[in-house]
Order: sequence, then structure tokens, then C-alpha cells
Amino acid sequence: MSTAAPPAPSGAAGLTDAFREWWTDVREGQLGSLPIIIGLIIIAIVFQTQNDRFLTAGNFVNLIVQSAAYTTIAMGIVFVLLLGEIDLSVGYVSGVAGVIAAVLLIPDGNEVATWIAVALALGSGIAIGCLHGLIITKIGIPSFVVTLAGLIAWNGVVLLLIGARGTVVLQDDFLIGLANDFLPESTSWILWLLAVVIFAAIQLNELRVRRKASLEHDPVSLVVLRIAFLAVALGVVVWVANEDRGIPYVFLLVGFFLLFWGFVLNRTKFGRYVYAVGGSAEAARRAGINVDRIKIMCFAICSFMAAVGGLILASRLRSVDTNAGGGEILLYSIAAAVIGGTSLFGGIGHIRSALLGALVIASIDNGLGLLGLGSGEKFVITGGVLLLAVTVDSLSRRRQAQTGRA
Amino acid sequence: MSDTPLLELRGVSKHFGAVIALHEVDFQVPPGCVTALVGDNGAGKSTLIKCVAGIYRIDGGQILFEGNPVNIHGPREAAELGIEVVYQDLALADNLDVVENMFLGREEVDQPLRTLDETKMEARARETLKSLSVTTIRSVRQTVAGLSGGQRQSVAVAKAVMWNSRLVILDEPTAALGVAQTRQVLDLVKRLAEQGLGVILISHNLHDIFEVADHITVLRLGQNVAEFKREETTEQEVVHAITAGKLTKVPGIVDEEAVA
Repeated sequence: MSTAAPPAPSGAAGLTDAFREWWTDVREGQLGSLPIIIGLIIIAIVFQTQNDRFLTAGNFVNLIVQSAAYTTIAMGIVFVLLLGEIDLSVGYVSGVAGVIAAVLLIPDGNEVATWIAVALALGSGIAIGCLHGLIITKIGIPSFVVTLAGLIAWNGVVLLLIGARGTVVLQDDFLIGLANDFLPESTSWILWLLAVVIFAAIQLNELRVRRKASLEHDPVSLVVLRIAFLAVALGVVVWVANEDRGIPYVFLLVGFFLLFWGFVLNRTKFGRYVYAVGGSAEAARRAGINVDRIKIMCFAICSFMAAVGGLILASRLRSVDTNAGGGEILLYSIAAAVIGGTSLFGGIGHIRSALLGALVIASIDNGLGLLGLGSGEKFVITGGVLLLAVTVDSLSRRRQAQTGRA
Repeated sequence: MSDTPLLELRGVSKHFGAVIALHEVDFQVPPGCVTALVGDNGAGKSTLIKCVAGIYRIDGGQILFEGNPVNIHGPREAAELGIEVVYQDLALADNLDVVENMFLGREEVDQPLRTLDETKMEARARETLKSLSVTTIRSVRQTVAGLSGGQRQSVAVAKAVMWNSRLVILDEPTAALGVAQTRQVLDLVKRLAEQGLGVILISHNLHDIFEVADHITVLRLGQNVAEFKREETTEQEVVHAITAGKLTKVPGIVDEEAVA
């Protein structure tokens, strides 16, 4: 900050310059996703040395399915955390949605069409979120308390809906297929090609537009490298999964939501306003933004994604019971968003943090399971990782403050 | 036409319950000049600008913009007239970058998906900063959190002038700044007036005011007690008006008069 460099567009420098710039950022405390990726590598090495089944194709596919529900629910949590709020009810909201779908689909002569059951389950999620949002904004009760009440009340609703049945076995092919069916190999490669081509088109178009407007832009080599990296990374996922059962359908669902919410957060006015409200509600209000509306919509998105997660969980377990939405779902989902790098104080975070954090948590859960350890060890270690992630975040922020980047 | 003030207040009054915040204030802002508004704490400076910005309704008198009487209901209508206020606390979101802050609430969008047109916004933000000769900001894509006080003030001012504004109101723009940064901001204020905008500068710092202001209006206890031209006055004279300017109406006696 001490040197006052002119803000002239520096244009496309070489790849080495881009790397140097990134390294400066890292040293000044702007770590991005680096700690999580390093963390994932460490987790993989540790578990692989302990049990050589960890890095197998079969376990890799398991991992995708196991992390899918946490990723989905954590995506909703990201929206609420970006506002600087919290939603403690997502676990049982996911349970309510799962139970609604399962009960409506019981083949007792009164069952409804699959799409109606799914629409009602997801719709109930949106309605619950709107209710939370309205109470929080219009009455002015802190979200912690409102959603804590929600946690208790929606747990009760799960019990009431299940009633005396105890367990409802899911008997709908579509819903069961979500987490238990796999894409044919050829289809998965066609989708891979499609994804890479679209990503490349978007990246290159952006480069072209910025160049035309003579604005600062990334070097061409970096853009090409980015495209190549995505192609290889996604290619490895598809290839490894196809060595076993293949790409599960739920992977497509998670991928879709990841792209969709990423688009909403980064490319739309609504997304910009979510960040603005989280950064400074007062600034947002003075800019003419309807802060209450943004908040209500975020809580609705959060509960909606919880409902989607509830359907994924029900699909994976092929049933729902009185414990639907309970257990570690809530805590793992919030932890995933935070481990992924979304700040609890609002305004900072990305939708991808839901995926990265959920991968970390599911890997630990999965790896410890392979080692034959129980829930006790899992919770202690997951807690430690959460604390470590927040510590790294907090230290890097202090570093940013020291280097004048906070 | 050039004699018409950009903004004119005629006998504007504002009270909050029994408290009289403004009493029949006359105030003029010519275009292309810096008009300083000074006064002690509680003199009514903030109330006056909030009336102009549409945050408060006036209880009496008239506001004229470019010679036409106007009723300003809310900040949106003020912005439509071309009136922009830079508040003391700047109202910037720390986690957003310079471009995002400058366009907050008024983003440019692309059809057909109504996606944000980042290229257009970045180019325009850069242009605006350049036209104001703000050269200390390293990148318009850095977050506001990393900027110094003077840089933040520059961003807030640039945000205000980007919308073809005619009148910019600055509330204590140098209050929290160091020497070099104060210089940056005062230069910026002068440049705004040179571009033909009307500028209202609120400040406690007479030194700053004597450096940039063309006209000085003194408020005391909600009344306009003196108006000076900078070249024809001294700091002592202004200070005297601030602390002991002659009041046409002594506050506290108002209620009895109303009864009588």
C-alpha cells in the first residue's frame, strides 16, 4: 500500500508474473482454497497409508454419494452465512422434506405421482425458509433463536408425520435412483466433453471482452492452463468413477446446483446484494436495496437446499425414520461451509466452499469408518479439523490486516 | 440563467416535536462553486442536508432546484434530480471491491439473462476515477477494506459524481484523515467545482474551508446567521459568527410566541 502505483491496465503478463502475483497474495494472507486442498491431500495420504482401500475407485464413488447431501445442505448454509446469519434448523427441515416425499409415495392406493411428491417436499422447504425469514426480518428476532426454535419444532413435525409407522421404506424408483443409480459410461464422457467446452467458451469469451475493453485481464496462458486443469480434474473423476459403478446421478444434481448458485452469487444483482448486505447492511440500505427481501430469500434458499439434501439422504438410505434429519447432519453441514472458507461474520465466502468442506468432512467420516473407528473418534477428529480450519482462516486474516489487505 | 442558483432554500423550517432544528433558513448554492456550511454541533447542518437529500420532510418554506420548486421524497428522488450525498461514514461495503461499491444498487446488466455487465462497470468506474485524477488506487478490483481513509473518501465521492449528478453534498469529508490524505480530498473537492457541479462542504475545519470554499454560510441554533465570500472575510469573523452570530429568534421563546 505504501507505493502508489498508477492504475493503468497492466495487460497480459506472462504465466510467471501471474504465479508471482498469486504467491504475493498467499504471503499476504489471501489463501483462497489452498489450505483445504492441502488438507484434502493430507487426509488422502494419511488414510491411504492406514488402509489401502481408501483410494480405490469403489470408495471414491462412495465418497461422492456420502458427501452429496452435506454439500447440498451446506450450499444453502453458505447463503445464510454470507448475510452474517445462521440457520440451525436445516437438519430437521431436510428431515421434514424427506418424510413428506416418502409418506406421499407409500404405495397404499393413495400415493401421488413422483413429481408431485418431490414438488411438495421442496415447496415445503421454501415455505419453511420464508417463514423463518419473515419472523427474523419483520419481528426482528435473531436468526439464531428463530432457527433454534425451528430445530425443535421441525423435529416434532418429523415425528408427527412419521406417526406410528416408525420407518417408511422408500419405494419410488426415481427417488431411489438419485443416489443409487449410475450414468452409463458413454453418457458420462459426453457430459464431460460438454462441461469442458462450455467452460472453455465462457473463459475465452470473458478474455476477449476484457481485452476489447482494454481492461486488466489474465494472461492467455493462465486461461488455457485453467481450462486444461478443469478438463483433467473432471476427467480423472469420470475415469475413476467408471472404473467402478460409474458417476452417480446425484453427482449431476450437486454439479448443477453448484453452477447455478455460483452463477446467482457472482453474476446477478441478487448475488451482489447478498454480499453487500453481509458486508454492510447500512450501505446496502442506503444504496436502495431492500435488505429484508434479500434476507428472506436467502433463508428460503437455505431451507430449499436443505429439502433437496433431505431427498438425497432419503434416497441414499432408501428409507426415512423418526431420526430423519437428526444426528450429525446439521453440524456437518454448517461445519462444511465454514471449513470450506465461508466466514461466520458475513460477506465472505463462495458456493464452492460447500463442496470443499463437505469433501473434507465426508473423507474423514469415510476414512475413519474404514479404519473401523466409531462415532466417538469421528466427532472428536471432525471437531479438531473444524477448529483447525477456523484457526487458519483467523490467522490468515490477521496476516491480511498486518499487510494492509484486511 | 447563470444567475439562477443550482439549489435554493427559502425560509425552510424543520422541527422535531418542540425542538426547532431549522428556523426559516435561506441558503443558496451556485453551480461551479464550493459552498461551505459551517456551524457548531447542533447548529442544524446535518438536518439541512437531510432535508435536501429527501430524508426529512420540511415543515415550512420552499426548496428550489435550478429555479423550480421541488418536493423531495426520499433519496431516490434526490438522486433523480442529481443530488448526491457523501455521508461521514461513507456507507461503503468493506467486502466489496471498488467497482462493486461504486455501482451498488445501480448495477449495469446485460440482456437476456440480466447478468452483471462487469466490463462496462469496470470501464466506467476507471473512467470516473481518472476524470477526478484519483491515481492512488492500485486496482479498481481490490476490496475497499484494504484502502486508506483518503482512498475510501475518493471512492465515495467518485460513486456520488458518477451519475451525472449536479449537486454533491460532502459531510465532514476530511474529519478522519491525515495531512496528505486531506490534501487529496480537498483537491478532489476543487475539481468537482471546476467541472461545473455545485458542491456543499460541511466541515469543522476552517483551515480546509478557507482553502477550497467560495462561499461560507454559517448556521447557529438552526438559523442562518451569516454569509461570507471567502476573499472578503477572515477566520476570526467566521468563528465569531459561529459562536455569537446574531439570532433573529431566540430559541425557547418560540412556544410562548405561538401561544400569544
